[in-house]
Amino acid sequence: MSTMTQHLTVPAGGRSAASIAPAKRRKLGPAGISALVVLIVLAAAWLLPFFWAIVTSLKSETDAASATLWPAHGFTFDAYAKVLAEGNVPIWAWNSLFTSALITAITVLTSALAAYAFSRMRFRGQKWAYIVAIAAIAVPPQVLIVPLFYEMLAMNFVDTYWGLILPQAVQPIIVLILKQFFDQIPIELEEAARVDGASRLRVFTSIVMPLSRPILAAASIFVFVWAWNNFLWPFIIINDPQLMTLPVGLQTVKSAYGIQYAQNMAMAILAALPLIIVFLFFQRQIIKGIATTGFGGQ
Amino acid sequence: MPDTGATVKATRRGKPRENLAGWGFIAPFGILFILFMLVPVLWGIYLSFTNQSLTGAGGELIGFSNYAEALADPDMWRSMLNTVWFTVLSTVPLVVIALALALLVNTGLPGQWLWRLSFFMPYLLASTVVSLIWVWLYNPQLGLFNTVLGWFGVDPITWLQDPDLAMLSVVITTVWWTIGFNFLLYLAALQNIPDSQYEAASLDGAGRWRSLFSITIPQLGSTTVMVVILQLLASLKVFDQIYQMTGGGPAGTTRSAIQYIFETGFTGFRFGYSSAISYIFFVLIIVVSVIQFRITARRSA
Repeated sequence: MSTMTQHLTVPAGGRSAASIAPAKRRKLGPAGISALVVLIVLAAAWLLPFFWAIVTSLKSETDAASATLWPAHGFTFDAYAKVLAEGNVPIWAWNSLFTSALITAITVLTSALAAYAFSRMRFRGQKWAYIVAIAAIAVPPQVLIVPLFYEMLAMNFVDTYWGLILPQAVQPIIVLILKQFFDQIPIELEEAARVDGASRLRVFTSIVMPLSRPILAAASIFVFVWAWNNFLWPFIIINDPQLMTLPVGLQTVKSAYGIQYAQNMAMAILAALPLIIVFLFFQRQIIKGIATTGFGGQ
Repeated sequence: MPDTGATVKATRRGKPRENLAGWGFIAPFGILFILFMLVPVLWGIYLSFTNQSLTGAGGELIGFSNYAEALADPDMWRSMLNTVWFTVLSTVPLVVIALALALLVNTGLPGQWLWRLSFFMPYLLASTVVSLIWVWLYNPQLGLFNTVLGWFGVDPITWLQDPDLAMLSVVITTVWWTIGFNFLLYLAALQNIPDSQYEAASLDGAGRWRSLFSITIPQLGSTTVMVVILQLLASLKVFDQIYQMTGGGPAGTTRSAIQYIFETGFTGFRFGYSSAISYIFFVLIIVVSVIQFRITARRSA
């Protein structure tokens, strides 16, 4: 476990901040030009599925059902109009946004409080509590689906927002990452306030939290993306179409739309759009966040 | 944490307020942790020794018979082997290609934001969106791949329906979808290598390739270890995209361990049996982690 912890912290500590600075420009030699050509080809290959999905979503269903790269009868927004008018897509998008935001807020806030206690306070049982919390990082959440669902049945949380949100709001790895960040904040900053009689909570809210903004942002982005895209747990706990998140909703109607390829692709594009827009706006922070925390899930 | 000194111990015992405050800070996380982590872990272990069903029937303790049954269950072994096979097939390209992309992008070429966007954007997509797009790309009659291959006179390929090709097709999708994450980790690591090292090397007459193998690759050692560990753990937990693209078929050739856990529990209604398989799977993950740590420890020693 300790080996893993060390590796996990390599980007977070020391050399840290892994700022993705724009690489230095050099003159393009023959090697540079060939590298550029290779890159253009690879990037085109990576973008091709998006391009194909967008083109398909803008076709009429007749055109979509023939294997052409370009619509024979021109572009149309019909598929989008149908999906938005008939489907539950707007409700699912709202559910995704609402539950992901709440999962993120609960996870980051409770983890920050716990991480602060583990990092800065000395109390009875602290060591054991920390060991138990960190050991849980090794448990894959997928292993817990059966007992967790059984527990939800007992608590009457099946098909509720509670059942959707609360189990996803426990991420011991976030505690570990925040604790390691708090460990690096000079203790002198807090001591002065403590001597002046500030309470622990006051020190936490007015000194530690503001200093930790970058890492809190990174953790938030990370938890949000993970929650937004999570499939297995929402798929298990929610049956009511009104409570589904986007990934689960799409899975259920995929077969209902059957051979309506344009509508399928329009749904895919609509579902992908919010995170892509967020990414375009916060590219720097997201990349920096992921590079500095240096871990992830699928 | 230098808290072994006698004075620290004395203060710790002598400060009930700090004890109270400490546990107060931990409480919000702790309550969620106990309810949704600790209880299910322990409950799962208990369930694995019972014949509990989803419908509430059963529930008697039956000793190790779930484990005995699972170890003799060819479908269980098949799903575990599929998972290991997926992990082997996906980890190599997800590490090697990610490194290659990062090296290419890091050569200082113009258009940095475009390269990062191209390779990273798929990582932001939900598994459902990814599988929607790729099932369409793989469509035997209308899909892009067969359309393009058709121009060269290649007969249509049944990517996801062919037992020999299905897993490979899913791996290709997974590489496209998740490579951006490893790519970013490598990109960040590359930019932390001091320029002075390259300058010194070029003064000594080292060319590009020499610098790559003598400076860059060795400097990326700890990043590679981290990328490989995270990738192995992520690949072992595969479920979403396979379930959505093939449903585990054709003929069970792509059914993952987690899909089998899910099916025995939620469609076979056998909670006890499903829990037992969960813990066997957990042991598999621990074994892989331990082997990985051993290899890493030996190399860095």
